[in-house]
Amino acid sequence: MTSNKRRVFLKGTLAAGTVGVAVGAGLLAPSQLLAAWPEPAFKARGFDESLNAALGTTELPDGDISITAPEIAENGMVVPVTVETGMGDVTEMALFVEKNGAPLTSKYVLGAGAVPMFATRIKMGESSDVIAAVKSGGTWYGARQEVKVTIGGCGG
Amino acid sequence: MSTIRVRAQEADGMVTVRALITHPMETGTRKDSAGELIAPHHIQVVNAEVGDTEVMTAYWNTTISRNPFFQFQFAGNKGDTLKLSWSDNKGESDSTDVTIG
Repeated sequence: MTSNKRRVFLKGTLAAGTVGVAVGAGLLAPSQLLAAWPEPAFKARGFDESLNAALGTTELPDGDISITAPEIAENGMVVPVTVETGMGDVTEMALFVEKNGAPLTSKYVLGAGAVPMFATRIKMGESSDVIAAVKSGGTWYGARQEVKVTIGGCGG
Repeated sequence: MSTIRVRAQEADGMVTVRALITHPMETGTRKDSAGELIAPHHIQVVNAEVGDTEVMTAYWNTTISRNPFFQFQFAGNKGDTLKLSWSDNKGESDSTDVTIG
């Protein structure tokens, strides 16, 4: 009995391992969603490059966007940020940290009925402006706020 | 046990979702105690659906904090089921269903 269970368990682990290898080798797409992860935008180094890769523009006219983030973050590993906008017809939002090695932290695609807001916690390597971008009526708008970081949070 | 803890609460037709996901969110730049780089391991996509309708999709970099927090809102109804799922760069994933309260 015990050995049977053990065999089933081992089989399961082996199967999972094989799938993992296949995924790692790019033989299998883990999911449709994963394929949509915009890798060039997330890997882009430097703020302008990141904006271009993520938004297709470096022009961000001022928008009615509010960023709620601490003026001073003691721990750069965990910086809470909330982005909200009063603008209409919002389809996408994005959040950048200008001085992070890879500035784009996240991008949001709003579905049916979604309110144009999000809150999350991000890592900041050093003191920097945090930039929120909002796509309203097909145009990207932006806002920025400085966050001073006491202890950087990108490891290394 | 699910890696996702989520609450979805409706008020005046607006559903507020607050989720905490257990995940290391390794950047790939951190070193272990032996001085070796720890490979990047991070959530790439978070998806929220009600029925067949996607209400929010988030794409995340390594710079979202460890054990991520995510809050968003959408127009919805009490009693509906919200499905929240994530997938990471190693092909791991998880999902959970929550009834909107």
